[in-house]
Amino acid sequence: METITQRIEPVTKGADPARLVEAARAAAARVVDPEIPTISIADLGVLRDVRLGADGVVEIDITPTYFGCPAMRLIALEVEAAVERAGCGRPRVNLVLSPAWTTDWITQAGRDALLEAGIAPPPPAASRRALFGEDTPVACPNCGSHDTILISEFGSTACKALRRCQSCGEPFHAFKCL
Amino acid sequence: MTTIAVAETPLVLSLLRLADTALVHSHRLSEWCGHAPMIEEDLALANFALDLLGQARALYAYAAEVEGAGRTEDDLAYLRDAPQYRNVLMAELPRGDFAFTILRGLFLSAWAHPFWQAATGSTDTQIAAIAAKAEKEAAYHVRHTGEWTIRLGDGTDESRRRMLAALEALWPYTGELFEADAADRAMIAAGVLPDPARIRPAWEATIARVFDEALLPRPADGWMQTGGRSGRHTEHLGHMLAVMQHLQRAYPGCSW
Ligand SMILES: [Zn+2]
Repeated sequence: METITQRIEPVTKGADPARLVEAARAAAARVVDPEIPTISIADLGVLRDVRLGADGVVEIDITPTYFGCPAMRLIALEVEAAVERAGCGRPRVNLVLSPAWTTDWITQAGRDALLEAGIAPPPPAASRRALFGEDTPVACPNCGSHDTILISEFGSTACKALRRCQSCGEPFHAFKCL
Repeated sequence: MTTIAVAETPLVLSLLRLADTALVHSHRLSEWCGHAPMIEEDLALANFALDLLGQARALYAYAAEVEGAGRTEDDLAYLRDAPQYRNVLMAELPRGDFAFTILRGLFLSAWAHPFWQAATGSTDTQIAAIAAKAEKEAAYHVRHTGEWTIRLGDGTDESRRRMLAALEALWPYTGELFEADAADRAMIAAGVLPDPARIRPAWEATIARVFDEALLPRPADGWMQTGGRSGRHTEHLGHMLAVMQHLQRAYPGCSW
């Protein structure tokens, strides 16, 4: 079991840069999406890069899922706090737009976490879709049936659509493909 | 009352035109929050508004950076008056009924989608980055408003009557989407922004496809309204800004 001293032992600026970046990355990676708290920003693909700036300050890049995503500011603040709490000093958190976030960046662990939260993960490796026409079938997170229909293209947040399962009757959120 | 005068180089002006259109349209959509015909649509219109607000913020932030006068995105949104706004007129028309809102959303997003798609190849890396995100969001807006246009156009007598009325009201505002003045031409020549003339075929194709299924006639291109992109607005924008900017006007510099 780790002792309190071990836990709060700061990774100082004098520390090995590789260890500092690793500790900062681990701390940042544990921050969760405030709107879907079962998924970490690392598994969501929002955490893009952790590195050491020329001035010895940890530099972190995050990217928004959607432009208007109201969670980005909170995520940035939480990343800042988590990295500082890990003793890596206050980092610089940059919001990067390019390359544009895609659902293909959600990791397998992230997809499992979404499913666990009752949210159907996006269809894999299909980040581009036709303007019109039918979608790839989405499986119900409750019973696994593919017999599901779209209720609304926009769910409770911009990144989710609302669907209903025709087999078990359960409405559910499906992560939109972007 | 503080009102700022922005130095409108062709790039700053172009960014403001895009940002203002997104912000003003976003505000009109947000007026539906709590009033939509059903809860799903309430969420959808609010999310549509949020996407546009996010795009507007990125565009304003970049415009402020390019202008280099130390202004912020908030200054540009809250401290300019109607004559300084550069949005297309269609965006500022009052909320109207649900058919009007949907058709306006279709006209604007069917324009935005190919526009941003083309702008992903911009010589300006920041515009290309904004475009890559906006393009994906616009695709959802086209789908959503397109599907509703079909349901309403080919729906009940009442929904069709309202759709036809919306079409008659909105069509004269579509021409402004494809205008190009000296500033636009400078941006097109520099490869910064796409030529609206080259966006038009994609827009026409989307409208034709949706109207075909919605059993709506494509009106003839008659006389078109213009002026918003140069600051000549309808009386509606001033009223909208009075609401939108009220807090900053009443308590200058206040923050949450
Ligand atoms: Zn089911």
